[in-house]
Amino acid sequence: MKLTLKVWRQKSANDKGKIETYPIDNISEHMSFLEMMDVLNEQLITEGKIPVSFDHDCREGICGMCSMHINGEPHGPDRGVATCQLHMRKFKDGDTIYIEPFRAKGFPIIKDLVVDRSAFDRIQHAGGFVSVNTSGNTQDANALPIPKADADTAFDSATCIGCGACVAACKNASAMLFVSAKVSQFSLLPQGKVEAKRRVLHMVEQMDKEGFGNCTNTGACEVECPKGISLENIARMNREYLKASVSSSK
Amino acid sequence: MATLDAKIPAGPIKDKWTKHKNDINLVNPANKRLIDIIVVGTGLAGGAAAASLAEMGYSVKAFCFQDSPRRAHSIAAQGGINAAKNYQNDGDSIYRLFYDTVKGGDYRSREANVYRLAEVSGNIIDQCVAQGVPFAREYGGLLDNRSFGGVLVSRTFYAKGQTGQQLLLGAYSAMNRQIGKGKIKMYNRHEMLELVKVDGKARGIIARNLVTGAVESHSAHAVVIASGGYGNVFFLSTNAMGSNTTAAWRVHKKGAYFANPCYTQIHPTCIPRSGDYQSKLTLMSESLRNDGRIWVPKNIDDIEAIRSGKIKPVQIAEENRDYYLERRYPAFGNLVPRDVASRAAKERCDAGYGVNATGEAVYLDFASAIKRYGKEKAIVTGEENPSDSRIIELGEGVIEDKYGNLFQMYEKITDDNPYKTPMQIYPAVHYTMGGIWVDYNLMTSVPGCYAAGEANFSDHGANRLGASALMQGLADGYFVLPYTIGDYLADDIRTGEIPTDSTEFKEAEEAVKARITKFMDNKGTKSVDHFHKLLGKIMWDKVGMARNEKHLKEAIAEIRVVREEFYKNVLIPGGAMELNPELEKALRVEDFLELGELFACDALARTESCGGHFREESVELDGPQKGEAKRDDTNFAYVSAWEWTGDPGQAKLHKEELEFNDIELKQRSYK
Ligand SMILES: Cc1cc2nc3c(=O)[nH]c(=O)nc-3n(C[C@H](O)[C@H](O)[C@H](O)COP(=O)(O)OP(=O)(O)OC[C@H]3O[C@@H](n4cnc5c(N)ncnc54)[C@H](O)[C@@H]3O)c2cc1C
Ligand code: SF4
Ligand code: FES
Repeated sequence: MKLTLKVWRQKSANDKGKIETYPIDNISEHMSFLEMMDVLNEQLITEGKIPVSFDHDCREGICGMCSMHINGEPHGPDRGVATCQLHMRKFKDGDTIYIEPFRAKGFPIIKDLVVDRSAFDRIQHAGGFVSVNTSGNTQDANALPIPKADADTAFDSATCIGCGACVAACKNASAMLFVSAKVSQFSLLPQGKVEAKRRVLHMVEQMDKEGFGNCTNTGACEVECPKGISLENIARMNREYLKASVSSSK
Repeated sequence: MATLDAKIPAGPIKDKWTKHKNDINLVNPANKRLIDIIVVGTGLAGGAAAASLAEMGYSVKAFCFQDSPRRAHSIAAQGGINAAKNYQNDGDSIYRLFYDTVKGGDYRSREANVYRLAEVSGNIIDQCVAQGVPFAREYGGLLDNRSFGGVLVSRTFYAKGQTGQQLLLGAYSAMNRQIGKGKIKMYNRHEMLELVKVDGKARGIIARNLVTGAVESHSAHAVVIASGGYGNVFFLSTNAMGSNTTAAWRVHKKGAYFANPCYTQIHPTCIPRSGDYQSKLTLMSESLRNDGRIWVPKNIDDIEAIRSGKIKPVQIAEENRDYYLERRYPAFGNLVPRDVASRAAKERCDAGYGVNATGEAVYLDFASAIKRYGKEKAIVTGEENPSDSRIIELGEGVIEDKYGNLFQMYEKITDDNPYKTPMQIYPAVHYTMGGIWVDYNLMTSVPGCYAAGEANFSDHGANRLGASALMQGLADGYFVLPYTIGDYLADDIRTGEIPTDSTEFKEAEEAVKARITKFMDNKGTKSVDHFHKLLGKIMWDKVGMARNEKHLKEAIAEIRVVREEFYKNVLIPGGAMELNPELEKALRVEDFLELGELFACDALARTESCGGHFREESVELDGPQKGEAKRDDTNFAYVSAWEWTGDPGQAKLHKEELEFNDIELKQRSYK
């Protein structure tokens, strides 16, 4: 395939940044999108230019590091995949592809396509845990049976990879899907119930502090989420939040 | 040749750990906060260690090169984690897990360490459940188990195909609690480039801030290396793109012995490569071998027809298929250990039976499992006389529940539907059993420098059993290091903060800056990847699944040539004081190019075959085991620990003799 790439180039956080155009040839449909980017970078290096910086690591859709806005969609046109799992067979010979970073106030750009998502970590520091110390004498893992349905739903929420596509997809740059996934996981498990109120209040407070916008229920996040994290998580978190704020204002 | 003291506590194996914990020094809580510990790596080993040490009161500084600790490579582990809980009442016990691990490692691991690992395995599951890790459960609400290769019991705990992710998020959440409290200071996007020693002790590291490019000194009373494995020395592996050997290698160059570098695990079930542009290989979890059957066509004519697309695999009749693992190893069948399964696949493909265009692929087929599960499901749900297509539908549902994300991953990559046609798989580099040598306390040969997780060599001998790396990483991090490190640090309570303005730090910092400048100023013409791929090809062709003297000697010479060429001709665009992925890669590949040579030297010196290390010169010539790997216990029952002397080809060998008091040395048979 022959393609035209329009790539966001920005030298540093303070640079204004602009779109550059790069023609690219001999792209196989079996390549992954990031392998296509490798080819582009190899080409740029040979031409004495600066290669495009982008985040990636596992290249199998699980670490959450990759984060490209492709043709206006976080992680590109395919569904249920992260950027690294997108394959060139989703494109046609002659296509022009726009490649930009995830854009949100909470995710400042570091360079080119690399953004700073440490706000997500800080939200987790505020309450994304069960307060249990390491010890050799926690109760036996089977002492407390958990209904399979609850365990399975908690697992579904826990599969969030923290990529930030939900934020990038949202016109308000809201982080509700991400935060609610963590809150849900713990609220569905007996181990997480003890601290449920504190957790939801603190995590939401930190989320607001980080400059993420409000949720207006557009559902764009769910569509772009590579792990299929559903809007039910947001509903569950809203219920948890309401319960917690009512009881804490008493 | 010196011998090495592993500091194994005396006494019967089952009492060693308990007794040792009672005997070692402790640091009192008030003193702990005066003690700094650096943890390099936030995977299962580093994450668990950092969280536990901080909970105990130490001041921890943790480092990772990703943008968040949650993205460490452990996140990618799929299949599961072992523990001797015997929840299934199938005869499991601490002893059996110990025995299986030593046998699976082909009798090249240290008994005392493995026993301790088995002993704490149960605690790991308890701990993780308490943290809210959502393991798979049965309808009764209790934890579910599956079985994994090389063993006869079901002791593997799992969370669909995302076990590593869930365990790592557990450790990450424990870290987050301590970061929030200020007990862990987290350095994301930082890469350790040097170990700093003061008076012979590990006292800090030099790290590069990957965003600003600044070269920084960080001090501590002890340094823990939990930086993962070095499989990427092959360029292509199932490891994440950033996985590297730099932290481990730099510690080695500062005096830590590197043990058994040639012990590599080639995993039998990975998606075959599709072209030269390939950047990494993707694992299909071993758990799939519980339900998938591996085969190639029996007749060479069918191979031709398959490759040219004239027939499809599903059209090949049962009697024309060669289920070669079931044929060769009737007792274990598709569940033989990884090294055995990988070599068997290579044997078939070398004989011309590979099923894709490159000739490097075999089938992993779920059709019979789908039928079997479909029938069972119909009975459970009370459907009477279900049609064949209904059975398949039900069976596919069961398979989806078990392996949904893996099947999806496969389909996204290959564009083939594995519910309807067998997967194509081929072995790929996956895990490195070798690593930094550590004693029973996990201390390296540099005082105050520890190594945990895949970065050390400790528990898996010459071959690791499936689902045991996660177990080891968490055992090291949650349950071993937090105790053993106190014994060393007890002497440091009056030391006070380690200053970073000493000559030792300054010199180390200057050396790192000089390395960076040398790369930036190089007027080369070739990218880092160019050299990394050259190294990878030599490693795979000559130091890969089957090794012989001639190839190993060639490899050593060729690696030296590539290394020289790399320094002359590598080109690093951009600047040093900014985010520069090419510079990051260059600093990693520099170390891979040295490690690769030591790796080949180690493989050359070990003329026996054991576990993942297969020397073509050492095979059984006759009897029922004809053609199988031949171990040589008389001459090689030791750990090879290499000391850096200035050139990887001139490393000095130290031997740790392995004693087997609780397990009888036997030929490993899976027939
Ligand atoms: C695809 C795949 C599937 C697997 N599945 C299983 C499984 O089902 N069961 C099982 O038991 N095992 C499995 N394994 C093996 C297992 O995942 C790993 O061995 C284990 O997770 C390694 O953990 P670790 O903590 O030692 O290192 P890692 O998780 O690799 O973490 C390394 C850490 O070190 C940091 N680091 C490295 N170098 C530096 C540096 N120079 N400076 C700063 N930081 C640095 C990284 O940022 C990272 O945080 C699998 C492996 C792969 C590749
Ligand atoms: S909710 Fe989905 S889109 Fe948002 S961070 Fe998690 S995985 Fe990414
Ligand atoms: S690179 Fe890990 S999710 Fe894409």
